[in-house]
Amino acid sequence: MIDTIIRFAFLLLVPPLMLGLINRVKSVFAGRKGPPLLQSWRDIVKLAGKGIVLSSTTSWVFIAGPAVTLAAILVAGSLVPYGPFRSPFGFAGDLVLFAYLFGLARFFTTSAALDTGSAFEGMGASREVTFAILSEPAFFLSLLALARLSGALDLNGLLLGPEGGFSTATAAPLVLVGLALGIVLLAETSRIPVDDPNTHLELTMIHEVMVLDHSGPLLGAVLYSAALRLFVLSSVLLHVVMPFRIGVAALDWILFAAGLAGISIVIGVIESVMARFRMGRVPWFLTGALLCAGSAFVLLVR
Amino acid sequence: MPDPASSLTLLAIAFAAASGLPSLAMRRGSRKGQVVATSGMLLAAVLGIAGALLALLQPGSIRALPALPWPAGNLPGMRIDPLSAFFLVPVFLVGGMSALYGSSYRPAVRNPRTARRMSVFLGTLVAGMAVLVVSSDAFSFILGWEAMALSAFFLIGIDDESAEARSAGLVYLLATHAGTLVLFALFALWRTVTGSFAFDAAAGAALGPATRGALFLLALLVFSLKAGAMPLHFWLPGAHAAAPSHVSALLSGVVLKMGIYGLMRFTFMLGEPAPSWGWAVLAVGAASSVLGVAFAMGQHDLKRLLAYHSVENIGIILMGFGLGLIGVSSGRGLVAVLGMGAALLHVWNHAIFKSLLFLGAGSVVSRTGTRSPDRLGGLAAAMPWTAGFFLVGSIAIAGLPPLNGFMSEFLLYLAAFVGSRYPGAVDSGPLLVAAALATTGALALACFVKVYGAIFLGAPRTTQRPGLRESPPSMLVPMGILAMLCIAIGVLPGIWAPLLDRVIRSLPLGTGVDRSGLMSLAPVSALAFGSLVFAAVVTLAFLGLSFLVGRRVRRGQGTWDCGYAKPGPRMQYGASSFAASIVGLFSWALRPRFHIPRIEGSFPGATGMHSHVDDASLDRMVIPFMRKAESRIQWFRRFQQGQTQMYVLYVLVTLLALLCTLVPFGDMLADLVAGR
Repeated sequence: MIDTIIRFAFLLLVPPLMLGLINRVKSVFAGRKGPPLLQSWRDIVKLAGKGIVLSSTTSWVFIAGPAVTLAAILVAGSLVPYGPFRSPFGFAGDLVLFAYLFGLARFFTTSAALDTGSAFEGMGASREVTFAILSEPAFFLSLLALARLSGALDLNGLLLGPEGGFSTATAAPLVLVGLALGIVLLAETSRIPVDDPNTHLELTMIHEVMVLDHSGPLLGAVLYSAALRLFVLSSVLLHVVMPFRIGVAALDWILFAAGLAGISIVIGVIESVMARFRMGRVPWFLTGALLCAGSAFVLLVR
Repeated sequence: MPDPASSLTLLAIAFAAASGLPSLAMRRGSRKGQVVATSGMLLAAVLGIAGALLALLQPGSIRALPALPWPAGNLPGMRIDPLSAFFLVPVFLVGGMSALYGSSYRPAVRNPRTARRMSVFLGTLVAGMAVLVVSSDAFSFILGWEAMALSAFFLIGIDDESAEARSAGLVYLLATHAGTLVLFALFALWRTVTGSFAFDAAAGAALGPATRGALFLLALLVFSLKAGAMPLHFWLPGAHAAAPSHVSALLSGVVLKMGIYGLMRFTFMLGEPAPSWGWAVLAVGAASSVLGVAFAMGQHDLKRLLAYHSVENIGIILMGFGLGLIGVSSGRGLVAVLGMGAALLHVWNHAIFKSLLFLGAGSVVSRTGTRSPDRLGGLAAAMPWTAGFFLVGSIAIAGLPPLNGFMSEFLLYLAAFVGSRYPGAVDSGPLLVAAALATTGALALACFVKVYGAIFLGAPRTTQRPGLRESPPSMLVPMGILAMLCIAIGVLPGIWAPLLDRVIRSLPLGTGVDRSGLMSLAPVSALAFGSLVFAAVVTLAFLGLSFLVGRRVRRGQGTWDCGYAKPGPRMQYGASSFAASIVGLFSWALRPRFHIPRIEGSFPGATGMHSHVDDASLDRMVIPFMRKAESRIQWFRRFQQGQTQMYVLYVLVTLLALLCTLVPFGDMLADLVAGR
C-alpha cells in the first residue's frame, strides 16, 4: 500500500526534476551555473496561472491535444513497474495498451498542431508521425524479445524478468534490447540527436514546433507531459539496463531514483557532446533500433 | 415449422431482395419509391440482425433453411451455423445504414435517371450476400456470389456518364469474373474429389494432402481477389472511389468480407490445415496491411485513400486468420483461438468503422463537391457532427484505445505474444505479425491525422461554398449509430465476447483448444476497464485545463506563425506535404511520379506541378500485361462481331460438341472391330 502511494508520488512529482537535472548537466558542460533543479516545476506552476491566446482557426481539438496527451501518459505510466515495485493494474497484454496510449497521445498532439493551420506546426506533425513508423515497431519487437525471455505477457512480469532476474546467459539479447529501447527513448522524448528541445523556431524541429501556439496552462500541460514521458520511458529502460534489486523497499526506491538520475545525466551528456542529426539521418538512426530489437529476438529463437 | 432464427433471416433476405421492386412500378424520380425501398431495407436490417443474433445466442449450432427448389436436387441448400450468423450481422447492419443514408445522399428527385436502379441493386446486393453466407452447397453459393458481384457492378457504374465510373466498373467486372472462373475451377475440383456439390467438412477432411492443398490454393486465389488482398487488390481503389459513397461503404465494409468468409468457410472444410497454409495467409496479410496503408498515404483522393485502407484492414484480418491457422496446425490452442478471435472481431470492426468513414466522406463530398483533402480545411466549424463522427472513425481505424479497432488489434498482438513464448524457429510468425502490425498501426495513425487534419481542422484552403452547412439528420443518424457501435465494442466487451465465443467453439480448431471463452482467455474486461479509466482521466484533464484556462482567453487572433505578418490559409501544411516524408520513406514500393514543369524565359507563364502514386499492380502489372496480351490475340476478334445470333450459335455448337463427348465412341469402335 505504502509502495503504491510512493509509486504515484514518483509518477506525479519526480518527472520535472529529471528535466531539471538534464539542464544542470548541460550547463556544467557549457560552463554555466545553470537553473535550479526545481526550475521545470516553477515553470509549470507559473504557466498554470497565466492567460492564453487562442487562434481563431482552432477548435476544441486544440485543447484536447494537451489534455489527451497528459491523460494517456499518466495512465500508461501507472502500468509500468518502477524498480522492483509492481504496477497494481497489470494484466496480460497491458503492453499493447501502454504502447497505444502513446499512439493516442501522438494522434491528438499532431491533430492539435494541424488545428492551428500553421505551416510550421504541420511540418512538425508530419515529422512526428513519420519517425513513429520506425520507433513503434522497434518498441514492439523489444517487448516481444523480453516476452520470450521472461515468458510473461504483462509489463510487470516482462520487465521484472523471470523469477530471480534475467540470467547472464541472456546478456547479449538484453544489451540489444537496451540499445533499441534507448534509441526509442531519445526519439519519443524528442531529445538530441533526434530532436533539439531548446530551439523552438528552427525549421528542423519536431516536437517543439508542434506546440508553438500553445500558451498558458496548455503549454504547462505540454511541458509536464514531456517530463512524464521521459520518466515513464526511462523507468521501462531501467529494467533492462539495471536489472538489480536489493530487497529492502526503502533502498530499492533510492536505487530507482539513482537510476533515473543516471539516465538524466547520460541524456544531458549526450546533448552536450553531440549535435542533432540532419533530418534525413534520423530514419537510419531509428532503423538501428529496429535492427537491434529484431536481432535480439532472432538470438532468442532456437 | 422452421425455427424463429431461420424464418427471420429468410424474411430479411426476401425483404432486401424485393425492396427495390415497387419503385420499378412507379414513375422516374418518384420519392415514394425510394421511401418504400429504404423502409424495406431497414426492415430487412432489423429482421436480419435479430435472426442472426438469435441464431448465435440459441443453443443448437446449425439450422437448416428450407431448400431451394433447385433442379440439381438433393442438395442441402441453405443453413445458418454460427460462422454464417456472425457474417450476417454486418451484411444487414451496413446494408440498412447505407440505404438510410442513401435516401438523403442521393434523393430520387435529384437523380431521377438512376434512383430506381440504385434501389433495386442495393437490395439485391444485400440479399445476394446474405444468400452467400447461408449457402451450404456450391449452387446456392454461386447464386449469392454472382448476385452480389453483378449488383455491385451496376452500383459502381451507376453514374455511367462519368468516364471514371465506367472504367472502374469495367475493371471490377473483369476482376470479379476472373474470380468466378477460379471459383468454378474450385467447385469442379471439389465435386470431382468428393462426389458432391454439398459443403461437407467430413468429405473434405477425408481427402489426401495434395488434393486439399490444391483446393486451398484455389480458394486462397479466388477469395483474396474478392477480399482485395495485395497484389490482387487492383480493381478495388478505382471501384470504391467511383461508386456513390453509401455504396462504397457497403462494398468496403461488407462485400470484401465475403472473400474472408469464403476463405474461412473453405479452409475449415478441408480438415486439419497444413503449416504452409497459415504461413501463406500470414504472408499475404502482412504484405497487404503494410503496403495497403503505405499506398493510402500516397493518395490525393479521399475515397481512394479509404479504399486502400480496406486493403490494409483485410491484411490485418488475414494476419489474424493466418496466425490462427498456424496455431491450429502446430497444436497451440491459445494462439489459434486468439488469432481467429482477432480476425473475426476485426471483420465486424472494419465493417463498422470503414462504413462510418465512407459515409462521413460522402457528407464531405456532397457538401463541398471535391474529394481532394488538399482543397479542403476547417470543415469542423460548419459540420461539427460529421467532424465528430469522422474523428471517432479515424481513431477506431488507427487502432487506438478506447475504440473497437483497438480491441481486435489487441487480440492479434496477444496472439503474437503468446506465440512468441513457444520454443522453436517456426514461431517467427509472431515476429512478422508484431512488426507488420506495429508499422501498420503507426502508418494508419499518420494517414488519419493527415485526413482528419487536412479536411476538418485548420482554415479552408480554397473558397468554401457559401452557406456550407451540416448534413441532414437522415445522413447523420446512420453515422451516429455506427460511431456508437465503435465505442460500445471498445468499452463493453461483454456484448460481443459471448457471440464471438459461440463462433470460435463451432470452428474445428483441433483438440488442444481451451474452450472456456475469450473473456477468460484474454483480459478483454481488464482492457476495457483500463480504457474507461483512461476516458475518465481524459475528461478530468480536459475539464481541469478548461478550468485553468477559464476566462483568461484572448480570442480573435490569427495563428502566430513565428511572427510572419500575413499568413494565409494556402500556406498551411497540406495533406500531400504532410504525407511527403512517409511517401519518401516508402518510395521503393510507391514509386511516386512527379510532373515538374520546366520554367523558361524571362517572363514564364503560369504553370503547375503535380504528383501521383500509381497502383502497384493495376498500373504496373495488369495493364501492361493486358496490352501485350491484346496484341497477341487479335486473331480472336473475328469471332466477335456483335451479332447476338452468332453468339447463340456459338453456345449451341459448344453444347453439341459437349454432347458428342457423351456418345460412346469407344464402345462403337469396339463393336465395329468385333464385327457385330
